[in-house]
Amino acid sequence: MASASPASPSRLSATAAVRRGRGAKRVLPGFGLTLGYTLFYLSIIVLIPLSALIFKTFELSWPQFWEAVSSPRVVASYKLTFGTSFIAACVNLVFGLLIAWVLVRYKFPGKKIVDALVDLPFALPTAVAGISLTALLAGNGWVGQYLEPLGIQLAFNPNGIVIALIFIGLPFVVRTVQPVLEDSEKELEEAATSLGASRWQIFYKVILPSILPALMTGFAMAFARAVGEYGSVIFIAGNMPMVSEITPLIIIGKLEQYDYAGATAVAVVMLVISFVLLLVINALQAWQRRHTGAPA
Amino acid sequence: MNEQHYFLLKVLLAILVVLVIAYKLTAPPKGSRPEKLSTTEPRWVRWLLVGVALTFILLFLVLPLAAVFTEALRKGLQAYWEGLNEPDAWAAIKLTLLTAVIAVPLNLVFGVAAAWCIAKYEFKGKAFLTTLIDLPFSISPVVAGLMYVLVFGAHGWLGPWLAEHDIKIIFAVPGIVLATVFVTFPFIARELIPLMQAQGNDEEQAAIVLGASGWQTFWHVTLPNIKWGLLYGVILCNARAMGEFGAVSVVSGHIRGQTNTIPLHVEILYNEYQSVAAFAAASLLALLALVTLLIKTVAEWKHEQQIKAAANLPPERPTPLKAS
Repeated sequence: MASASPASPSRLSATAAVRRGRGAKRVLPGFGLTLGYTLFYLSIIVLIPLSALIFKTFELSWPQFWEAVSSPRVVASYKLTFGTSFIAACVNLVFGLLIAWVLVRYKFPGKKIVDALVDLPFALPTAVAGISLTALLAGNGWVGQYLEPLGIQLAFNPNGIVIALIFIGLPFVVRTVQPVLEDSEKELEEAATSLGASRWQIFYKVILPSILPALMTGFAMAFARAVGEYGSVIFIAGNMPMVSEITPLIIIGKLEQYDYAGATAVAVVMLVISFVLLLVINALQAWQRRHTGAPA
Repeated sequence: MNEQHYFLLKVLLAILVVLVIAYKLTAPPKGSRPEKLSTTEPRWVRWLLVGVALTFILLFLVLPLAAVFTEALRKGLQAYWEGLNEPDAWAAIKLTLLTAVIAVPLNLVFGVAAAWCIAKYEFKGKAFLTTLIDLPFSISPVVAGLMYVLVFGAHGWLGPWLAEHDIKIIFAVPGIVLATVFVTFPFIARELIPLMQAQGNDEEQAAIVLGASGWQTFWHVTLPNIKWGLLYGVILCNARAMGEFGAVSVVSGHIRGQTNTIPLHVEILYNEYQSVAAFAAASLLALLALVTLLIKTVAEWKHEQQIKAAANLPPERPTPLKAS
């Protein structure tokens, strides 16, 4: 425990789990009050609206529901949403790991600024990110003007969606991997070196396995966030049906035509996917806790 | 070669110069022992990795941020100010502030209560409760907005009753606040839970044993320990509340001057090709994001100081580790 570095407020989750569960039960007052208030608040804000969504779906017959969620335009939007989210999460996996590695292991000027900047996508409103990425990548933008003569178009097509989703998801991977890398033990690496392992072997066989749970958690979080993302994507996507129309936009489109049942059906599909992803993330976090908790 | 070519060239040159200077500065002094290679990479690998990481951050984070301000000031300060100084923009700013002023304190109380009961006690269903708190992170904001439309909208559960009593929630301010509360309620709780878990219950138990009441314990023992984490949670929650787009867009109805928050105002202006005005409004939100990051950095630094100060206290009687 003493070896744990003074962690920052947002980086405590990895070490906290280990220390949980000490102390006597219920000596402190306030359990009933805080739990009661928490449940009351969650009921009003989450559970009642959530049940409204589910009950609304039951108003549809099965064929109606199926038709709403499996029309070609909607299916194309699923493919687009998941495909772009997956690619973006993969890019974030690689570069998130790289950035976390560089921030933990190396010294370089401006490190504090870079560390702070990583959280920018958390703090910058998605709509602002959307219009600014579009301004950069459009044919007359700072970046777009150099790419257009080369035949590369990054705005107003699925490429733009991927870029917006990379922006949105980056901090998730960095912030889950960083604390685990900080806590990893250098002694293991020294031992591996003295046994004749090359630096690459050490990374592959010693470091990577120890950060893999955190890496996968970050990947799943970035992916889950990307699937639901709306604000940054709609500006850059071009929003052409069948080509660059994401699923949340389908819901908005149906709502604007007062097709509440259809919108709800698609929303339920997205909700189920969110729940599955949440379960996956929980399982990954449990794996991570076992991983970091095991070697004392 | 136009102006922008030069700009790009300058940026690239600046990066190169910074890298070279950094390389020289970090070089080991002459005659010192060679670096220990056991736990780090050769210098060229390190600098390659740092270079790639910095380039990625420059392209994906710095450039979009810079673009907001450049586009906003493209036609000079005068146009920037005119873009902001119009009734609809002021109305949007006021509504955004109002939303945050209501939503953030609500979530602050919830966050503290939820963190207290999750971090300080063991009970059945705790994992489920934690998952419930994480829900807004993975639910699409559009779906969140839709849920409220289905409860409070004209065709929703409470719609007819609300219409009878002439209460407007959807396409009005209460709906915007509700959607904002939903999207932002995990931030403070999520920040506090690991912090309070790491600190354990010992100090609070000591306070109770010495006769302090529950409130006294919270104010004088717990709060000083978590204040920097709490500050960052609040400031992040605030940034998200002011910037929420998807959920608010569904419940707002986009009535100009009445139910447009700043992000929705930005969208309308952008779709009307009023680029300067759109980016001017966006620059307010970007500034908010920068302030948020600054406060976060300060809070993190203060928190580390706090931990270091605690570590420097003279050791007490060693306590045996309990296996629980």
